[in-house]
Amino acid sequence: MFRLGKHVARILLTVLLGGILGATLLRVAPGFGVDEEELDSRLNDQSIRALRQEQQTDTNVITFYFRYLGRMLHGDLGISRTLRRPVSELLRERLPETAKSVTLSLALGWALSFALVILALMSRSWSVDLFGSVISGFLLCLPAAVLSVLFVMSRAPARLVLALIVFPNVYRYVRNLLLRSASQPHVLMAQAKGLGNFRIMLWHILWPAAPQLLALGGVSVSLALTAAIPVEALCDLPGIGQLAWKAALGRDLYLLVNLTMVVTVITLLANSASNLLGEAFRPSAA
Amino acid sequence: MKWAPTLAVSLLALTAAACVLADVIAPASYTHQFRAEPDAAPSRQHLLGTDDLGRDRFSRLLYGTRVSLLLAPAAALLSSLLAALIGGTAGFRGGRVEKIVMSGTDLFLSLPWLFLLITVRALMPLNVSPIVSAAITFLLLGCLGWAAAARVVCADARSLRNSDFILLARASGSSGLRLLWRHMVPNLLPVLLAQFWISVPAFILTEANLGMLGLGVAEPLPSWGSLLREMQSYPSLAGNPWRFIPLLLFIVLVSCFQLVMVQEELPA
Repeated sequence: MFRLGKHVARILLTVLLGGILGATLLRVAPGFGVDEEELDSRLNDQSIRALRQEQQTDTNVITFYFRYLGRMLHGDLGISRTLRRPVSELLRERLPETAKSVTLSLALGWALSFALVILALMSRSWSVDLFGSVISGFLLCLPAAVLSVLFVMSRAPARLVLALIVFPNVYRYVRNLLLRSASQPHVLMAQAKGLGNFRIMLWHILWPAAPQLLALGGVSVSLALTAAIPVEALCDLPGIGQLAWKAALGRDLYLLVNLTMVVTVITLLANSASNLLGEAFRPSAA
Repeated sequence: MKWAPTLAVSLLALTAAACVLADVIAPASYTHQFRAEPDAAPSRQHLLGTDDLGRDRFSRLLYGTRVSLLLAPAAALLSSLLAALIGGTAGFRGGRVEKIVMSGTDLFLSLPWLFLLITVRALMPLNVSPIVSAAITFLLLGCLGWAAAARVVCADARSLRNSDFILLARASGSSGLRLLWRHMVPNLLPVLLAQFWISVPAFILTEANLGMLGLGVAEPLPSWGSLLREMQSYPSLAGNPWRFIPLLLFIVLVSCFQLVMVQEELPA
């Protein structure tokens, strides 16, 4: 219970500090406090004065912080300057698309990594290990954006790109973890006693490595979400990655800061969940 | 495979030399447009053909590699120095200072890297001169890429702080600054060097991603990002294989950095 509280407190603190950081970025950004509406020639002096009066309420830094945080805690993330729509509405629209891509990529990336590592371990074949290492090494040298363009050019399913970005990073850690776990004395003992390969793999290699594998699971969520920007932008997938790219090109800071905050919270939740699960595994692993 | 890192360093040195001598080797300026020959195939005059504006691809490759090979290590040096300053101070001081600094670092690490980068990049003006855009891009990479390295440096500095030779130096009356400069820094150098080599390929890859998204180095100055961005105009993978030579060289160079990185990581 204490651990759960610690994780929740950490997330809340990050949101609070991130909110302040975000508000500072918005406050110091060029163009703050200027409304394009003022350029509307149909507005008379009185209306323009009223508009400026509205902007004046946010010029005090402290007031701005509290207003920004207050609005954020009430779910009001402001209005996108480029798209002229509420940020929360845009997020509701785009998040499911990214969630779908990220989930699929994580499932595929992890499955491919596990399949290759387990195959190499069980068959004790250096060629399988070399194949996995060469493929992952090659993929690590390719920027996500290049991989996306190559997929678009070859008309391959765009969602697979994210899986190929997750795979090499996960593969390297899973390989090293399971190789270390497999070289432990208790595994040799189990092999000497004549236990089956499947049983050794499940209970003597995978189980002790479970906490670290779960921690890696949390990290891979962050990895997939970050890679979603170039992939969705270049493969034309309407997710939050594409939204972030459009916001960056249009210097839509309200949208960008809020997107970063939302992705940070998702990342923290994933990391906390994997850490908590990992801690649950630890006593039995020891 | 002991020869692999040596080969990687040799290849990197050869490429760096070619880029330094770009003014001599390149057949044309990176901005010069041969208007009569857009999208030309390789020839004696244009070794890798020309792009859609008629610019010599080989010249642009040399100058682009120069920009990335010069600025990515500079950014890596900046981030390693920041990591040394923040992580080293936290690890050396220990106690509350270490806790506060490392909590801040953890918070910084929990922010998604590319989201943070494009947010801060968007804060800067996008319509600046090419050289300023290159400086902004790599400066941001250097300023935002220190956190992971700072954690490693802090852990190393912490273990050094508790080591016997530091205790002996303290007992001999060495002051804090002398301890830091004479005993800590030389022992932290292998870790910092490893972090430097880890950062270089990471920054080259990130710049390539930013460049392909139109948020990196501005045209007409070539960089890896803008060179690879050209791929977006190709209709398919088939035909004109010479257009993919920049990508091939990119993969080879990043692989070389990865190989050097593995070699540096082992002793650290």
